[in-house]
Amino acid sequence: MTGANSGPRHKPPGQMRREASPVSSTLTNQASSSAAPAAPTAAASPDATPSRFGFATHLACRECGHTRTLGSTHACDQCFGPLEVAYDLPPLTRARIERGPLSMWRYASLLPVPPDVASRPNLDPGWTRLIRADQLAQVLGMRELWIKDERGNPTHSFKDRVVGVALAAALELGFKVLACPSTGNLANAVAAAAARAGIRSVVLIPADLEPQKVIGSAVYGGSLVAVKGSYDDVNRLASELADEREDWAFVNVNVRPYYAEGSKTIGFEIAEQLGWRLPEQIVVPVASGAQLVKIDKAFRELIATGLADQAPYRVYGAQATGCSPVAAAFRAGHDVVQPVRPATIAKSLAIGNPADGPYVLDVVRRTGGCVADVDDGELVAAIKLLAATEGVFAETAGGVTLAVLQKLLKEGQIDPDARTVIVNSGDGLKTPDAVSSAIEGVSAIPPTLAAFAERVPGLAVSAARKAG
Amino acid sequence: MSVSVRIPTILRSYTGGTAVVTGAPGTVRELIAGLDADYPGIARRLLDDTGQLRRFVNVYVGEEDIRLADGLDTPVPAGGQVSVIPAVAGG
Repeated sequence: MTGANSGPRHKPPGQMRREASPVSSTLTNQASSSAAPAAPTAAASPDATPSRFGFATHLACRECGHTRTLGSTHACDQCFGPLEVAYDLPPLTRARIERGPLSMWRYASLLPVPPDVASRPNLDPGWTRLIRADQLAQVLGMRELWIKDERGNPTHSFKDRVVGVALAAALELGFKVLACPSTGNLANAVAAAAARAGIRSVVLIPADLEPQKVIGSAVYGGSLVAVKGSYDDVNRLASELADEREDWAFVNVNVRPYYAEGSKTIGFEIAEQLGWRLPEQIVVPVASGAQLVKIDKAFRELIATGLADQAPYRVYGAQATGCSPVAAAFRAGHDVVQPVRPATIAKSLAIGNPADGPYVLDVVRRTGGCVADVDDGELVAAIKLLAATEGVFAETAGGVTLAVLQKLLKEGQIDPDARTVIVNSGDGLKTPDAVSSAIEGVSAIPPTLAAFAERVPGLAVSAARKAG
Repeated sequence: MSVSVRIPTILRSYTGGTAVVTGAPGTVRELIAGLDADYPGIARRLLDDTGQLRRFVNVYVGEEDIRLADGLDTPVPAGGQVSVIPAVAGG
């Protein structure tokens, strides 16, 4: 069977870093070549044993299938395609997962992390609420609508999940510095996770980021570098830095194959929280596109392992019009994405050159969904609607997702009677400026009942009577 | 005056480990052809079977992503700097 557990858990000093022990040659879970909604992992192997990367066995190129050993590489040396983690999974049961920790680590067996990951210093991300949104559904004329509310993560966005996996893998690979280019949420997650793990962080952000996101990174005490330019400029600089600083783990560059797997746990949780059923429709915000692609991968893995029943589902991508290269490619029928220069208040989605864009197109086309975009006015209105109907203050990306749902309902592309989930990926408290201008100015009144009655006539009847 | 080209780690096996190599001015397409003459096989890593830039390769002339300019026809001036970088998802 697999020899993946043959290596030492911690490498002796002097041994070459960042390259895992070779794994066995009996790799059974190559990316499927069938045309069907291909399960990325084969059926369970009864005698699979975990290594320091769990049941992960190797990295495989999504483009050409070329494989290599688990290590700190993110691009295929044959075609530059992205490398993805492949597994040899053991049999998994719902009961065992349900007994697991109340964090994303309940799915550790489906991630490239050590089996004892939950007991190591980390932020314990995940297991966020899935909120049944009946009042919002009523407004929208829908039968069953749910919100996966990622504000519940330790730094208030889904990025804690991807960083959780990246941190675990980076430590296994011998790295001592956690780094990233970020539109803000990732910066917060990396800085916090590194602090908790007792290692250094280096975070690069565009200089025009929301102050809340800058503070939410700087407070953790790592190195925070603001870069003049767009996120794409920052990303490019980070890629070049990653080539020079091979001793740093750039979570979304050289350890990206591990990092990206963390987003699968959003899909796992949604299904478990729905009673181990997949939603019939799901709307996901698209920045780099990795979250959407990995939620789809999660659903396929749940089907392949028998944890959820095979059922059709449609995946929809949501972008802001000011940065909508994937929506534009979808409409044009292209399978490559033409980069754009972002101009939107939804800064966490402002990636003009989204590397996973082609795979987003593949997923939405395969499942019968689509990618659509909404303008800044629509996303602000959606933030307010979500807050007023469900008590959820979403960040701009969440507003984009709800506004796209509204748009696709109107266009008849989303079925109002089907079980639908939307992902709110982050917290409105990090992007308050987006709505502050849309909220009426709040001026102070004197501390008297009469003044209150004048300000809030409908709610102060008895007070008004007394005052009168 | 020549052009400097930054080579990513995964292609440095073609350049004997060298991170920055030199090429001739012209278009990006001509530059890649010239690189392939010096480092045989490198063009196949950058371009697909139809001669288009592979979809996970980003090429920059100075600060400019060539997909935002004229693609492989983007001019590379003498003394210019070109970077080849694997596309990376962000966040």
